[in-house]
Amino acid sequence: MADRIEKTIDLKAPVQRVWRALTDHEEFGRWFRVKLEAPFAVGRTARGRITHPGYEHVEWNAEVTAMEAPRLFAFTWRPYAIDPDVDYSREEPTLVEFRLEPKGEGTRLTLVESGFDKVPAHRRDEAFRMNEGGWAQQMENIRAHVDG
Amino acid sequence: MSTASVSAARTFSAQIFSALGDPTRLAILARLGDGRAASISALSAGEPLTRQAMTKHLKVLEGAGLVSSVRVGRESRFRLEPGSLDEARAYLDSVSAQWDGALERLRAHVEE
Repeated sequence: MADRIEKTIDLKAPVQRVWRALTDHEEFGRWFRVKLEAPFAVGRTARGRITHPGYEHVEWNAEVTAMEAPRLFAFTWRPYAIDPDVDYSREEPTLVEFRLEPKGEGTRLTLVESGFDKVPAHRRDEAFRMNEGGWAQQMENIRAHVDG
Repeated sequence: MSTASVSAARTFSAQIFSALGDPTRLAILARLGDGRAASISALSAGEPLTRQAMTKHLKVLEGAGLVSSVRVGRESRFRLEPGSLDEARAYLDSVSAQWDGALERLRAHVEE
């Protein structure tokens, strides 16, 4: 099973137009449904708020890792980080890459989201403890849970 | 999916994908593919793996819910749990569907 998502679509718009729709923070916000505070810049965390009805309480952030006009726009983020009670900063982000290439008069856009195999840090610690002989403790926890 | 269960699915799926990202573990899963439970000795037979290394891989697979173990006499036997793969796939499908929606909105935005 693949641990990545890959999608290709052909758009009836020139590469420069698509590039702007992806990398201008206001244009991005319109189709992605997020209101961003500031323009995208490599190495900077883009912050904003979801504008999708019912999710307006949700903060959105992503760290831009590449802006190579007009070919590659990439950021890391945590998909589905929409529960305000969960601290997603401890989870490993996935990498989202938009690649653009001219196709006739239009643009071929390829989206790849990868990194779903990375174990979130707190889970990794847990796995590590288990490997280090922590099974006895885990069994105790389970016993306490089912006996409780 | 509720937000809490999506978060749990994300964490859970990461463990599964991580567990699957190793050729030895994939080979172990393939050997368990017939649905029958096998002991560590049976799984190690003909493999260039120590019993200790095999045990470690099985623990990773068990931690991700990909295999389960039962005690038979003095030994543990391991069996494939195919259901957990379905959960990981369902998670990816849900993220994938979000992208389908976003890309269609992008299309409408640039083609207008």
